[in-house]
Amino acid sequence: MGKTIAQKIFEAHLVDEPFGDVCVLKLDRVFCHEITTPTAIQDLVARGKDRVFDPDKIKAVIDHVTPAKDSKTALQGKILRQWAKRHGIKDFFDIGNNGVCHAIFPEKGFVRPGFTIIMGDSHTCTHGAFGAFAAGVGTTDLEVGILKGVASFKLPETFKIEIKGTLQAGVYAKDIILEVIRQISVDGATNMVIEFVGNVVAEMTMDQRMTLSNMAVEAGATSGICLPDMTTVTYLWPFIQQEYESPEAALADYTRFSSDADAVYAKTKTIDVSQLEPLTTFGYKPDNVRPVSQMAGTHVDQVYIGSCTNGRIEDLRVAAQVLKGKKIKATVRGIVSPATPKIFSMALEEGLIKIFMDAGFCVTNPTCGACLGMSNGVLADGEVAAATTNRNFNGRMGRGGMVHLMSPATAAATAVQGEITNSYLFVN
Amino acid sequence: MKKFKGKILCLDRSDINTDEIIPAKYLTEIEKRAMGPHLLEDLTLEGFDVQKDLKDIAAIVTRENFGCGSSREHAPWALEVNGVFVVIAQSFARIFRQNMFNCGMLAIALPKEQIEHLFECCKIGDSFLSVDLETATIQVTSQDKHFTLPFTISEFDKTLVETGGWLEYADANY
Repeated sequence: MGKTIAQKIFEAHLVDEPFGDVCVLKLDRVFCHEITTPTAIQDLVARGKDRVFDPDKIKAVIDHVTPAKDSKTALQGKILRQWAKRHGIKDFFDIGNNGVCHAIFPEKGFVRPGFTIIMGDSHTCTHGAFGAFAAGVGTTDLEVGILKGVASFKLPETFKIEIKGTLQAGVYAKDIILEVIRQISVDGATNMVIEFVGNVVAEMTMDQRMTLSNMAVEAGATSGICLPDMTTVTYLWPFIQQEYESPEAALADYTRFSSDADAVYAKTKTIDVSQLEPLTTFGYKPDNVRPVSQMAGTHVDQVYIGSCTNGRIEDLRVAAQVLKGKKIKATVRGIVSPATPKIFSMALEEGLIKIFMDAGFCVTNPTCGACLGMSNGVLADGEVAAATTNRNFNGRMGRGGMVHLMSPATAAATAVQGEITNSYLFVN
Repeated sequence: MKKFKGKILCLDRSDINTDEIIPAKYLTEIEKRAMGPHLLEDLTLEGFDVQKDLKDIAAIVTRENFGCGSSREHAPWALEVNGVFVVIAQSFARIFRQNMFNCGMLAIALPKEQIEHLFECCKIGDSFLSVDLETATIQVTSQDKHFTLPFTISEFDKTLVETGGWLEYADANY
């Protein structure tokens, strides 16, 4: 009987099976940010166990509220900064070098196929795009990961989702994952790993795969995995060329972590996206999804382009293509937040930042900020946002605010019109 | 080990997320007890009054997919500092469920009919429960009615509750 990629990664990392159904796994990476890590650090200090299992496997960033907005967020940054320093955590990204965790860690080459990764952040599933088992956890799991380098998981079942067909113009990875969540619902993959396969996924860039994997958790999934292929290797090549003779050799090694043809899946689903329209959310759940055409005309007060879902360079290129030579509606507050300094720098060099600014967007530094209503674009009661983020929960971007999730292209078109609009009306 | 005994609060909705349990703006707090006054602050639910309904509660009974969304352990902490050590639901989001047991608290999944039964009791009047981990049963008292509900708990989860949580267990074993 064949095995799935998740089963193979679990087998390769198994430390202990203390109670049959529980797997204690060795961790390749523990990622940390300033919101969920300081409490773990404080607790370890209080217990007299202020140690780290391996400073080279721990990567840390200040990203949720940066620059600090008040004394409390300044203290969170300070605790993380001092901890990274005293334990020799070299890969710590502070102001000037910091970006959204799920964008900067892959960009730095920290993720490899077959890795086990945890972070105190639900969108850690993003790193599954590289063929890793990456899962969001709470602070206690994070604390144990920091101290012992292990984490416990039940061996997850796998939900194989095949994405096939040919995308129409104006339809992107964001629309695909919204369609997946619409079809399987917000708990359709709870306690399962989603394995994304099919010709559409095979043809996607790593940026697009990260958008897809990022929102797997919105369907309840533990991780959203794309199988490693030459696209994965090409992305990683600058970081692995010392390890392998050739990209082909790297691929041969990484395909150890690929699902067997006769692997057993708990569920399978095929979605043909050839007729898929651009989508957006209504209501307060990520599975409340409708075609943009049905939501057209909905007034918005703010358009936010950024986040770990859609703040990467390809997202900014797509949005800038829509915005080029246009002004956003005077009634709209446009905010764009490139997800990392490198993305910001590329956007500057490519002239994208000028396009955003000429169109009337405010360009912020890389941060999670507005996505979870912490800083840099919080909504007032009764306001409506069009956002390229991942959660439309009631009050997510500010108490009393409504969030419509959508692709960067749709968000840019919506900014120009001041109401929810299909991007293909703007691009030739 | 914590005591799982006291008044039940029924929250009649599925997909209550961790942003509703504790809004993100309080994630700037480092101390667990700072979550205390803000439990369920942003939950909009017909018939639920955050000012009155949290008084003296020790357990929450709710529907499907409780605790979805953000991984924040601040959600179980907000429950813990308010004395709510047990949540009973038809189903849980994975991270929230794991966070509860990691903190030595209980997230008990029950079949729909039994959840329905608990909701009926709560409609009639104040209801109380007591969880016996050894026998894996929940004793419910509602007005003049008393009944017992069995539940399933894995050996691992039970051990976490008994030892106080995952940190204690992992530190002793790995």
